[in-house]
Amino acid sequence: MKNEIKISAKGVQVFYADKHAIKNVDVEIKDKTVTAFIGPSGCGKSTFLRSLNRMNDTINTCRVEGEILLDGQNIYDPEVDPVQLRAKVGMVFQKPNPFPKSIYDNVAYGPRIHGLSQSKTELDEIVEMALRRGALWEEVKDRLSEPGTGLSGGQQQRLCIARAIATQPEVLLMDEPCSALDPIATAQIEELINDLKENFCVVIVTHSMQQAARVSNKTAFFHLGDLVEYGDTEELFIKPIDPRTESYISGKIG
Amino acid sequence: MKINKTSLSSISSLSQKRIAAEKRFRLYGLIGISIGLLMLIILIGTILSKGLNAFQQTFITIEIELIEAKLDKKGNRDLADIKKVTTFGYTPLIKKSFEVLISKENLVTDLSSKNVSKILSKSAASELRNFVLKDLNLIGQTVSFEFLTNSWIDGYLKGRVTRETIKNSKNVSPEQLDLVDQLVELGIIKKKFNLGFLLGSDASDMRPEAAGFGVSMVGSFYMMLVVLILSLPIGVAASIYLEEFAPRNWITDVIEVNISNLAAVPSIVFGILGLAVFINFMHLPQSAPFVGGMVLTLMTLPTIIISTRASLKSVPPSIRDAALGVGASRMQTVFHHVLPLAAPGILTGTIIGLAQALGETAPLLLIGMIGYIATNMPTGIIEGLASPNSAMPAQIYEWAKRSDPAFYERAWGGIIILLVFLITMNTVAVILRRRFERRW
Repeated sequence: MKNEIKISAKGVQVFYADKHAIKNVDVEIKDKTVTAFIGPSGCGKSTFLRSLNRMNDTINTCRVEGEILLDGQNIYDPEVDPVQLRAKVGMVFQKPNPFPKSIYDNVAYGPRIHGLSQSKTELDEIVEMALRRGALWEEVKDRLSEPGTGLSGGQQQRLCIARAIATQPEVLLMDEPCSALDPIATAQIEELINDLKENFCVVIVTHSMQQAARVSNKTAFFHLGDLVEYGDTEELFIKPIDPRTESYISGKIG
Repeated sequence: MKINKTSLSSISSLSQKRIAAEKRFRLYGLIGISIGLLMLIILIGTILSKGLNAFQQTFITIEIELIEAKLDKKGNRDLADIKKVTTFGYTPLIKKSFEVLISKENLVTDLSSKNVSKILSKSAASELRNFVLKDLNLIGQTVSFEFLTNSWIDGYLKGRVTRETIKNSKNVSPEQLDLVDQLVELGIIKKKFNLGFLLGSDASDMRPEAAGFGVSMVGSFYMMLVVLILSLPIGVAASIYLEEFAPRNWITDVIEVNISNLAAVPSIVFGILGLAVFINFMHLPQSAPFVGGMVLTLMTLPTIIISTRASLKSVPPSIRDAALGVGASRMQTVFHHVLPLAAPGILTGTIIGLAQALGETAPLLLIGMIGYIATNMPTGIIEGLASPNSAMPAQIYEWAKRSDPAFYERAWGGIIILLVFLITMNTVAVILRRRFERRW
């Protein structure tokens, strides 16, 4: 089962009005692995990530061409409901964005709207499970009714991860999840990502090459909308094939 | 390069200019604020000094013998028969009781009993008649009854009318004032709190002392009810659609620009639109509060839409991302997360819009909600909405344009009540905003 291909992108192009943000990207992302997207600012890595769960649909001028297959099904097929897709492909954002509700309600929101629980006890179990997997349970179990916005930045981000886990997704997309956090909180999140790959296909966008090296199994390097190089993280960092990759990881561009 | 070293304590000419400019600017600001405050104080002072008198009214208490032979000739206490006695039948009773009063208290006056009874309001006889019709058992007894005095006597007690000002007046004579002085001394004529002003209806030109504000307050209340029920759901729904669902293209741009323009359209334009569409075309009743409410809804909608859109816009997009990210539909995102966060702003905008509508006069002129219209309190919701009525600002305008200073005083009194409502509404809006505004 491990290393089965989960997401497969074929000839993906993304446009913002006239701007060509992603140029003909082909990539295969494996299940139960952590895949990192790296590259300089504006290279399109976040855009590509957001096209994996159709979050780009909310931007009017955005247009996606090509195919993105999730378990062999094209998610841009007109028959696919983006709402159901997003339940399967969860997302964690750059800035922690808990709802201004209680910690419990934050996590329970997804399961509630997707009808994942039949009873209150079942919902309680889901919330506990999600918070445990989000490595937050021990810290908040006595104050589940307090507002999620009252937590520290790192805790908020773990709450957001728990919230994403609670809907029982298959893929977790993370858009620079540590960029607003301090080093200690970052280390906690990275540890958490390492645990998450046991159960999920994790895709993470990061601007930190060290982070990509620490957490990911596979790395994709984007530059100016092109997927320049994609491979095992170790190989990409030690023996990059493309000169652009080399100059980026050695700090000459970006 | 040569550097001129200067001491920090010696101020250069450039700094001096800057400091002077800043001082001048602060002074201008202070002057501006002082002028504003002064105007506000003058405004409030004027309104209070001119309007507070309307909350007091002069009454005269007289013992009246309700002679059975005059009021119930058959003596069978049959309401239908007693109703046949018009107010003319009551006038002699009042005259007679004045005669009794004068002889009992040894009052000195040369006035005929007809002229004595003229110090009463012209509505005195009908007040007495209504009082008797309510309780037929009083016939044959002597009751103590409180009459309104006419507005000249009222004005005399309030200082509005003096012996100087009535020199050429046919309405009131110095002899009457002499009598009034004696009655005031005896405590028979007194100024009292004027409940009739708060509860009553407008009165005809000849009886300013009987005019009240209550019925037009009820008219305003029903109009505001209609405005709230129509404009809040329509306005909020339109804003949510425009803000969260509608595609951004030239059509929505045109709509957006036009909504902003509508907010600046003079209210009388909405009035004439209401006249043309609701009354002339749809044949809805004239002067009805629900038609007035519909016209004011047209006027209030842009305000509510603009403030609702602003508060929806102020909800951070990260909340929408978060909800969409866990697989909520757009509608769930809006109703579960965005709308609750925007609610205080929407509520504030609605209250401000209602307050604006409450003070609006011009559109009401055109749909006939002005003039001496309703004489009684409406008895139910249907009657309140559909039967002709006026509204607070229209009633104030109506009084202000009558020439009698007694009405003028009531116009100021009405303004005090209207302002109390507006200030209350705005305070509620501020409190709601303070209490429920979330920061994140």
